Amino acid sequence: MKSDQFEEPTSLAVIDPGPDKIIGPGHSYASVTDKISGIIFQPLKKTPKVWFLAFLVSFALMQLLLIAATWLFVKGVGIWGIIIPVAWGFAIVNFVWWIGIGHAGTLISAILLLLKQDWRTSINRFSEAMTLFAVSCAAMFPILHLGRPWLFYWLMPYPNTMWVWPQPRSPLVWDVFAVSTYATVSLVFWFVGLVPDLATMRDKAKTKWQQMIFGMFALGWRGSARHWSRYQMAYILLGGLATPLVVSVHTVVSFDFAVAILPGWHTTIFPPYFVAGAIYSGFAMVLTLMIPVRRWFHLEDLITMRHVEACAKVMLGTGLIVAYGYLMEAFMAWYSGDVYERFMYWNRMTGPYGWSYVMLILCNIAIPQLLWIRSIRLNVFWVWMLSLVVNVGMWLERFVIVITSLHRDFLPSSWGIYYPTRWDWATFIGTIGFFLTMMWLFVRFLPAISIFEVREVLHHEGGGHAHEPSPQPAPAGD
Amino acid sequence: MHMSRARSPRRPGTKVMATYWEQRGLYGVMAEFADSDQLLHAARRAYAAGYRRMDAYSPMPVDGLAEAIGFRRNFVSPVVLLGGLLGGCGGFGLMYWISVIAYPFNVAGRPMNSWPAYIPITFECTVLLASLSAMIGMFAMNGLPMPYHPVFNVAKFARASTDGFFLCIEADDPKFDREGAKVFLNELNPIEVTEVEK
Repeated sequence: MKSDQFEEPTSLAVIDPGPDKIIGPGHSYASVTDKISGIIFQPLKKTPKVWFLAFLVSFALMQLLLIAATWLFVKGVGIWGIIIPVAWGFAIVNFVWWIGIGHAGTLISAILLLLKQDWRTSINRFSEAMTLFAVSCAAMFPILHLGRPWLFYWLMPYPNTMWVWPQPRSPLVWDVFAVSTYATVSLVFWFVGLVPDLATMRDKAKTKWQQMIFGMFALGWRGSARHWSRYQMAYILLGGLATPLVVSVHTVVSFDFAVAILPGWHTTIFPPYFVAGAIYSGFAMVLTLMIPVRRWFHLEDLITMRHVEACAKVMLGTGLIVAYGYLMEAFMAWYSGDVYERFMYWNRMTGPYGWSYVMLILCNIAIPQLLWIRSIRLNVFWVWMLSLVVNVGMWLERFVIVITSLHRDFLPSSWGIYYPTRWDWATFIGTIGFFLTMMWLFVRFLPAISIFEVREVLHHEGGGHAHEPSPQPAPAGD
Repeated sequence: MHMSRARSPRRPGTKVMATYWEQRGLYGVMAEFADSDQLLHAARRAYAAGYRRMDAYSPMPVDGLAEAIGFRRNFVSPVVLLGGLLGGCGGFGLMYWISVIAYPFNVAGRPMNSWPAYIPITFECTVLLASLSAMIGMFAMNGLPMPYHPVFNVAKFARASTDGFFLCIEADDPKFDREGAKVFLNELNPIEVTEVEK
């Protein structure tokens, strides 16, 4: 019905405008719309081959998760390497790692919205989706770790025949509320942002099915000025609500550790340095995913070197906060004069897991200093490699915090050594597969760049008015 | 507000006209403009000319456009505030009720109402309910979801989500007159003026 009014996607040359601009030259409202929706409307056969390859690999890895989880349900947590001093093991390491990765999405979409950073526009949708999938991965681990995962709903306060309730003084119960609120609010924020773009997809869809599916989720959005007015108010308020939320979530996650009296966990610096670490790892993951996606789908004119460089700078900045956190942890261990604290830190650096501490310092602090060099920040390959290094580093940080603090506590008689089993690795790698599978599906089937916000940037720059009056006006009505 | 207007254009005082246009099946007269500035200008002119029942459509938010067509009362923030207050009180109340009334449990001699420990959950509940009311409130006040709307009958309106800028004067405006509205809109330098069927 509405299909013949649109010209074929514009064949505008893909030009990366360099580190100063957020949109390539020559773009109009119509061309950005065609370009972003073109990724979704292109025939399946035209999808880049490398997308299929990436999808197949991720999908195969996801099967590992299904197998590992099934075997866990059959046999119980004994298939993991957890032992009595190290009862948390990989499950909590991975939980904290994933939830931290999610935080960059909220930071980009909410905090940068409030700070009016226009470079957030091309990457916020993508990062919000990353948040959703990362939080899904994170939420799996504590539940799988429960021992009887099918009773996970006991964590929620609900009237029950046992007449017991969760303990609201426990950080673990705070965590349940924090993570479930975070997942819900991230979904709300993501969906509200998507609605105008889904309306665009509905109007540009060529087939009945596409029109129906996009039309259903677009809720009948028609771009009315009154609607936009309420929409913008709701969106900015959601940004304002998500900003303290993201800080609170990782603070609460750090309380899981900091409220315990264990040396290595019981420190007041944990909340700020956990939040900084979360943003650090999240930006690393944004870069890890964004750089290939922009290449596969030729988005260099919308996700420009400006975006890459800005993310690299945020990574450098938050990395330095994390470095300060490590330094203060070590200093306080020494300065406290507490024999257990001192032993813990010495053991962390030189004990059986000393290799992980050395790797941590290398990956999280030493190597990322290369980002001070502008030519490295402007080199996509090196930024991508460094983002991988930081991803590994931030995983090691959680490994160091969880394992080295637990394995040798106050009484030498209760010391132990933790080895992850193949099932630990399968579960972890499986969640990476799940996460990537969802991301690749998302970039292929939903607008991965917020179309209306890119139009808004064009609008504020005074561009986008390439709309020509059509020579033959369509007849009234249809 | 908007939804009820679209479904039943009858308003007191305009009954005769509304019935006439209802029989004719006319929702309004729509003009397309080349860009947001012209749309904004046209909306201001239409409001100055005395039209009140109208709406402007654009592919992205345009500053001042809602005000230009006479939109003043944006109730999203009070709804979010109410949701937040409800969430905060509800969250704290739930924690208090659990640990003081339903399941009193002595943890290391702390008072039953050890309120600082309830703050994280109180905060999360505040944010949760405020966010949900932002989404639900915004869509509800916009009258969405609403799969059918007369403006979609205009074929070119599909551009409203890409690069089209439209102003629609609705038939239930007291000042509305089919030809008069068309003449008026044609003076505003539109790309095209069309009638919108119901």
